[in-house]
Amino acid sequence: MNQETIRERVEQKFGVEVVENAALFRDQMTLTVSKDKVHEVLAFLKNDPDLSFDFLSFVGGVDRLPDAPRFEVVYQLYSMTHNHRFRVSARVPEEEDGLGSIRSAVDLWPTADWHERETAEMYGIVFEHHPDPRKLLLPEHWTVYPLRKDFPLEGTEEHTPDLKPSQHEEREGTH
Amino acid sequence: MRDQARAVADPSSELLELNLGPHHPSTHGVFRAIVELDGEIVVKVQPHLGYLHRGYEKTCEHKTYHQVIPLAERCDYMGASSNSFVYCMTVEKLLDVEAPERAQVIRVIMAELSRIFSHLFWLGTHGHDVGAMTPLFYMLREREEIMNLFELTAGGRLMPNYIRIGGVQRDLEEGFVEKLQALTGHFDRRVDEYETLLTKNPIYIDRTKGIGYLSKEDAIALGASGPMIRGSGVAWDIRKSEPYSGYEQYDFDIAVADGCDIYSRYLVRVREMRESNRILKQALNKLTDGPVLARKAGFIFPPQEEIYTRMESLIHHFMLIVEGVKPPKGAVYQCIESPRGELGCYLASDGGPKPFRLKWRAPAFVNLECLGVMTQGNYFADLIAILSSVDIVLAEVDR
Amino acid sequence: MGISNHLDNTVHVTSLEWFVNWCRKGSMWPLGFGLACCALEMIATFVSRYDLSRFGMEVARPSPRHADLMIVSGTASKKMLPAVLRIYEQMAEPKWVIAMGACACTGGIYKNYSVVQGIDRHLPVDVYIPGCPPRPEALLDGILQLHARVLKERSIFDPRVSRIKSMSK
Repeated sequence: MNQETIRERVEQKFGVEVVENAALFRDQMTLTVSKDKVHEVLAFLKNDPDLSFDFLSFVGGVDRLPDAPRFEVVYQLYSMTHNHRFRVSARVPEEEDGLGSIRSAVDLWPTADWHERETAEMYGIVFEHHPDPRKLLLPEHWTVYPLRKDFPLEGTEEHTPDLKPSQHEEREGTH
Repeated sequence: MRDQARAVADPSSELLELNLGPHHPSTHGVFRAIVELDGEIVVKVQPHLGYLHRGYEKTCEHKTYHQVIPLAERCDYMGASSNSFVYCMTVEKLLDVEAPERAQVIRVIMAELSRIFSHLFWLGTHGHDVGAMTPLFYMLREREEIMNLFELTAGGRLMPNYIRIGGVQRDLEEGFVEKLQALTGHFDRRVDEYETLLTKNPIYIDRTKGIGYLSKEDAIALGASGPMIRGSGVAWDIRKSEPYSGYEQYDFDIAVADGCDIYSRYLVRVREMRESNRILKQALNKLTDGPVLARKAGFIFPPQEEIYTRMESLIHHFMLIVEGVKPPKGAVYQCIESPRGELGCYLASDGGPKPFRLKWRAPAFVNLECLGVMTQGNYFADLIAILSSVDIVLAEVDR
Repeated sequence: MGISNHLDNTVHVTSLEWFVNWCRKGSMWPLGFGLACCALEMIATFVSRYDLSRFGMEVARPSPRHADLMIVSGTASKKMLPAVLRIYEQMAEPKWVIAMGACACTGGIYKNYSVVQGIDRHLPVDVYIPGCPPRPEALLDGILQLHARVLKERSIFDPRVSRIKSMSK
């Protein structure tokens, strides 16, 4: 099934207004839908027998600073039965507390678990109803979101030190 | 005994929490897991990752498109050429450029050599984890032969850094084709040797058959790909379903096994090595003469010989290095079948010389999510065997 | 030297030191400590083509209590660093450290928020082996240089010991 047909199916089911943008580039479409409807759209894409996107390749985040809404969460889907791919994205605004929030897709595809944990710790996006929202790759005591565009590449001595102060004391004691 | 392992753990006994790693001889790198045990039976495995997190995706946003190639190769250090392959293909998709035919065949050769390279190391370390020490030393012999071939391409033993945007860096050295023919000639007999050591070995079968069960539905739901999903009976190989770089012209079979356990994943990987050898033999016959780098003025480097002889090419090359390649605005996702599964690269470009966002879909990261499901209810002694059957490379898991 | 410490540095041995150093360098057991890609080249050095056992070093011990030499091969991320230091502290004296590869020497190609820019910021390194990854011949060369240094160790005014003492302040 080609990308335009998939988009038409989504528009037929949810109405044209749910689609914020449909970018077709090099035969690949990125369908941007509104954040509140994205979970329903994903469920439809998964369960509809003609589409049946049963495989989630990844869930990733993009920081579109200085554009607003700031964040974009990208879902790359694949269908084993029909052998077609599709990409859905949702723009997530940055709220006053500095975080964004979007509904988790773990109930649809269990593989989204670790992808969402990583996106959450790298960008500061909260995935609602996620079963286990702990940090995955970064040290637990860090409080920064490294993949944001305003975070410096080399980190800061204050937020990303080699050793945290208590570990420095532990070392002094052993010598 | 097996039924005992599957029985529900007694809720009145206290669970033992054990820390595995990050420094451990059998975790294939810096992997840490907290294991909850009820006696000898594993109740829960909670992986703690990030001990090799090297900030790859953030670093790529600060490098030009060509500077990312060596960074990408170090992501999956077992089959390094697959990484630069998928990255270069993604950028070529952005630029709407196709590599010339000779370059495509050379890329297929590098990809299949990387696959054999990676599976051989897996075989050695997996055998070592299960208790068979011999395959480790045998496979290092083949790996040295393949490393000699990698050295002949662009000089690096482990990270050849040979694939470029638009093709490959330069043509094959003299002696490469002969050495590769010699390797493909005797490789099948070597795989027979490995099979003699393990495939019908009763100790190996006892340790791997029926252990680490991953059903077909779980595999798809958890996003497993590569030998993990093919060992659970799903005949999905990206080289067949979404062919790239000329794979549709090669005659090879998808290696599938139905057992859903460690033994079937072993069979899949061994069979894949044989199929890769088949592809290599066909690729050697397909090597026609021609350029090894595509031509697209303003985006792809001119060929090396012209840079040394023509002024315009020198200036062109200089401008591309200094200013960087500037692809059009847009986002693409390209994936290949790496030795571990679906290796994908999502690249969003804003028209500048550096990638706006590079997301690396690492197969080992996603395959490792299956560990919890596979280890539950098994004995602790089988945990390492199950972990090694996932075939993780920590640099890819943590990026 | 161990003997001098027990006797409160009132006695120093001379020719015996050469013999003890020769024994130490002849059977220096490395810790099996591969962090990243350089570990693969380290393993390639151990096996038959480059053969580390001709130097008495093929016994790679997984436990730090048994090992003499820590070859830090690969990138030390900031999350891993406390574990690296704890393992170093668990090794018994005398112990040596080789920083193998660009990442262990200076952080390598990863100059960012999550990589320690060289483990010599936290550990006393004896030999630096550059390369990404260094060839097995380069690792062998580094190991032989370490052996040469070990042969030259002296109990009086040992520059290595004074450097370690100044690092830990």
